[in-house]
Amino acid sequence: MAYSDKVLDHYNQPRNVGSLDKNKANVGTGVVGAPECGDVMKLQIEVEGDTIVDAKFKTFGCGSAIASSSLATEWIKGKTLDEAMAIQNTQIVEELSLPPVKIHCSVLAEDAIKSAIADYKSKQGGGE
Amino acid sequence: MKLPIYLDYQATTPVDARVLDAMLPYFRETFGNAASRSHAFGWAAEEAVEKGRKQVASLIGASPKEIVFTSGSTEGINLALKGAVEMYGQKGRHVITTLVEHKAVLDTCKHLEKQGCEVTYLQPDQQGRVSAADVAAAMREDTILVAVIWANNEIGSLNPVREIGALCHERGVLFFTDATQAVGKVPVDVEADHVDMLCLSAHKLYGPKGVGALYVRRRNPRVRLVAQMDGGGHERGMRSGTLNVPGIVGLGKACELCQQDYEKDRAHGSALRDRFEQKLFASLDYVHRNGHPELRLPHATNLSFAYVEGESLIMGFKDLAVSSGSACTSASLEPSHVLRACGVGDELAHSSIRFSFGRENTEEEVDYAAEQVIQAVKHLRELSPLYEMVQEGIDLSTIEWTGH
Repeated sequence: MAYSDKVLDHYNQPRNVGSLDKNKANVGTGVVGAPECGDVMKLQIEVEGDTIVDAKFKTFGCGSAIASSSLATEWIKGKTLDEAMAIQNTQIVEELSLPPVKIHCSVLAEDAIKSAIADYKSKQGGGE
Repeated sequence: MKLPIYLDYQATTPVDARVLDAMLPYFRETFGNAASRSHAFGWAAEEAVEKGRKQVASLIGASPKEIVFTSGSTEGINLALKGAVEMYGQKGRHVITTLVEHKAVLDTCKHLEKQGCEVTYLQPDQQGRVSAADVAAAMREDTILVAVIWANNEIGSLNPVREIGALCHERGVLFFTDATQAVGKVPVDVEADHVDMLCLSAHKLYGPKGVGALYVRRRNPRVRLVAQMDGGGHERGMRSGTLNVPGIVGLGKACELCQQDYEKDRAHGSALRDRFEQKLFASLDYVHRNGHPELRLPHATNLSFAYVEGESLIMGFKDLAVSSGSACTSASLEPSHVLRACGVGDELAHSSIRFSFGRENTEEEVDYAAEQVIQAVKHLRELSPLYEMVQEGIDLSTIEWTGH
């Protein structure tokens, strides 16, 4: 299968790989997917005020899944939570030129963003 | 060193230069039809075909009269299974095979089921092997045919063909084995191994694509098959169609070389395979070998790299030609039926890669390949949330995943 240059670039030089301290109150963690399906994404955000000041990811999955999550962290850094919530998988598909069989990778990345934000919000609700 | 490096000898092999040299005269100079009885062109072609038949027979311990030339193993499998069931169907309609056969056997068995046969698919052990006792337990009054793969094409595990063959002969049941991956790699002797039918393919033995042979036993018992292709009655009526003379010459020469160079090929293939495995096991943790640790093909290995996904791994092996153990590079996302039958979990099946080594590989290539695999696995584990969790001591089976 031919990969787009952008997928190859994110695969070879993934952005924002790593982990944030999931126990910190201002860090939200989203883990989506399942090992037996062949992809798991972990995406974390660090929030100050209303803004995502840092984002990290780790992904088990194909090149397109790695690229989708790498791109997602790039996009959400510096955005407000509402702006990040508005990101749609179709934008990722377009940016990375994903073929139809890889659309689920972009869906997973969108889910990962939403799941990390939900985790952050539940921590705020629970803590205050 | 030329890139990419070919490490997929179980998929196909390059034609050996000596094989090609033997074939070339049969395209233009000696181009006759082996069935032409009335002139020298035909006689020369027939002579070449009969020489090929002897060379094939010699490699597997058969008599030349027991060799039927085919287009390859898929045809050999179809002819053997369908031909035997049609011939002996009145004696019984039960067939025994295994879950780790090649698709050509499994799909032919599905066809037989539609024709009213009952097929028992034996579950292999975790190393991908079935035993003679498994076969014995599945046998019934109306069993007419047993089909068991000799060496598995994905994981290389070897079945106890000799014991299964002896059992079949004792019970008067025909025994077919798909030896496509085994011939030339392990000793094959149709007499000592009690084989009634066996298929092989030239392109797995440094011969050309599109030609193969089916061994059909002529005595004790004499096996008769209903032809699956009607026509001029070539190959003792079992396989009509003008013989592929250059292909048969190539297959014959390839068999002769496999016999002559057997020890050398085996030592070379296994030394490279072992060197490769040792390097990987020394540098990486959580590498699982699929298949049997000893009773397996000497030149091949199938490895699962836990916590990294197979397709992304293959992306990382830019300069290596290898085969993914799972079919997830296609749209199906289905892990291999062989690994599944062995009870390998889907997540490890997703991470499995088949490497196979051959005549033209060098130590330098193997070292380069091992380094590339190690780098790719390390890179992807840096990215892997699963590897991170395992490092933190989390048991992945306790997590509730959000499957999709």
